[in-house]
Amino acid sequence: MANPTNLLYAKSHEWVQDMGDGSFRIGLTDYAQNELGDLVFVNLPQEGDEVETGAAFGDVESVKAVSDVYSPVTGVVCAINEELLDHPEMINQDAYGAWMIQVNEVSDKEELLDSAAYEALLSEEA
Amino acid sequence: MERKTPLYDCHVALGGKIVPFAGYLLPVQYGTGVIAEHMAVRKQAGLFDVSHMGEIVLTGPDALNNVQMLLTNDFSDMEDGQIRYSPMCNDKGGVVDDLIAYRLRQDCYLLVVNAANHDKDAAWISSHLTGDVRFDDLSDGVAQIALQGPQSQAILEKLCNPAEIPAKYYTFTQKMAVAGFDCLVSRTGYTGEDGFELYCAPADAAALWNALLDAGKENGLIPCGLGARDTLRLEAGMPLYGHEMNDEITPKQTGLGMFVKMDKPDFIGKKAMEEMGVPSVKRCGLKIIGRGIARENCPVYVGDRLIGHTTSGTHCPFLGGAYAMAIVEKEPAPLGATVEVEIRGKRVAAEVVKVQFYKR
Repeated sequence: MANPTNLLYAKSHEWVQDMGDGSFRIGLTDYAQNELGDLVFVNLPQEGDEVETGAAFGDVESVKAVSDVYSPVTGVVCAINEELLDHPEMINQDAYGAWMIQVNEVSDKEELLDSAAYEALLSEEA
Repeated sequence: MERKTPLYDCHVALGGKIVPFAGYLLPVQYGTGVIAEHMAVRKQAGLFDVSHMGEIVLTGPDALNNVQMLLTNDFSDMEDGQIRYSPMCNDKGGVVDDLIAYRLRQDCYLLVVNAANHDKDAAWISSHLTGDVRFDDLSDGVAQIALQGPQSQAILEKLCNPAEIPAKYYTFTQKMAVAGFDCLVSRTGYTGEDGFELYCAPADAAALWNALLDAGKENGLIPCGLGARDTLRLEAGMPLYGHEMNDEITPKQTGLGMFVKMDKPDFIGKKAMEEMGVPSVKRCGLKIIGRGIARENCPVYVGDRLIGHTTSGTHCPFLGGAYAMAIVEKEPAPLGATVEVEIRGKRVAAEVVKVQFYKR
């Protein structure tokens, strides 16, 4: 799957979407969902929780193992994608459509990659 | 440096995700994924490369005596073509390995052992042999493929003379042609479904594997990896060495007492288990009620009291939930009791259930 050019990417394989109103949506890239395998649980923070760049905001659990998901921004959770709690497989089916959290009051962002730089990173990891 | 089984190239060609396991390179899953592979075995059929398992043969007038001494189960009343499961214990009653023993003749037994314990088992067995018996380690000269699932017989019948297929669970046909290749075929498996394990020459393995996949295509047969192998065995309540037992846990402590025949004159570990008496612990099943998947080594609590630990656990795709096996003190954990399992620092509710979570 091509990585959408309108998104930015973290080295830890999260994607970030600028919603244009000061908030950002965060999810896992297609590479990440493929590496993790079939997901059976997603643990998300609650609205109002604070998130911090480089810190885990939740985790995803596949049949084989659990993995932390890291926040690329510092801010406050203003929405979570509740559907994922009952249907974690949506991340496997459509990684770029299955946003996990939406964050506003963003005060810090880590260095993010554009889609071309992310693709370069992936070919190095291969 | 890991070794390849004779089917390595097949796995790569099929898009298998190769991982190191017990000294071998094997697929943990294919593009289908663990859940689809698990469900295929429950509903149609799956094909597994199990060539990494070890095959040891004991032959001679004293073969039976040695089998009786090394293993806890009783093999004195078997017929040719029968198979029995048994733990193999050390002097303290702890489990060296669990294995299945095939009686080829009264003076000849094939022992199939876990890949992870192969070297340990070969050393243990050969150093404990007495009398007139020959030890042969055939492992490098044997490939093994498992065909598991309700469609297994229908698929196998397309490639052989159906009259030669072993009819009963835990029996085998010593030599029959499958897709033209000589195989030992047993009606055994590690999934909780009907199925077969086929032993063949390494040179024939790839062609046999491909013939099975072709014949089984219309029956829904797909190749399955180690990930599904583990979820299937756990869902069926089957123990795995290194988890439900190890060299410090006796078979009686881990729910395998029915495979320990204390009225045999003698076997390694008998005295220790006699002296231990009835164990205060048992292996139980836990159905996780709260949110989370308990895996191995999770503490199990009743209130503030630590009563044991999980030994294995995962998401079970057919049952649609998380289940675990645990070794716990018997008295506070009767069937139906609610306990708590600590998963990554959080206590999650679970119900004590029978260990055979799924029965076909």
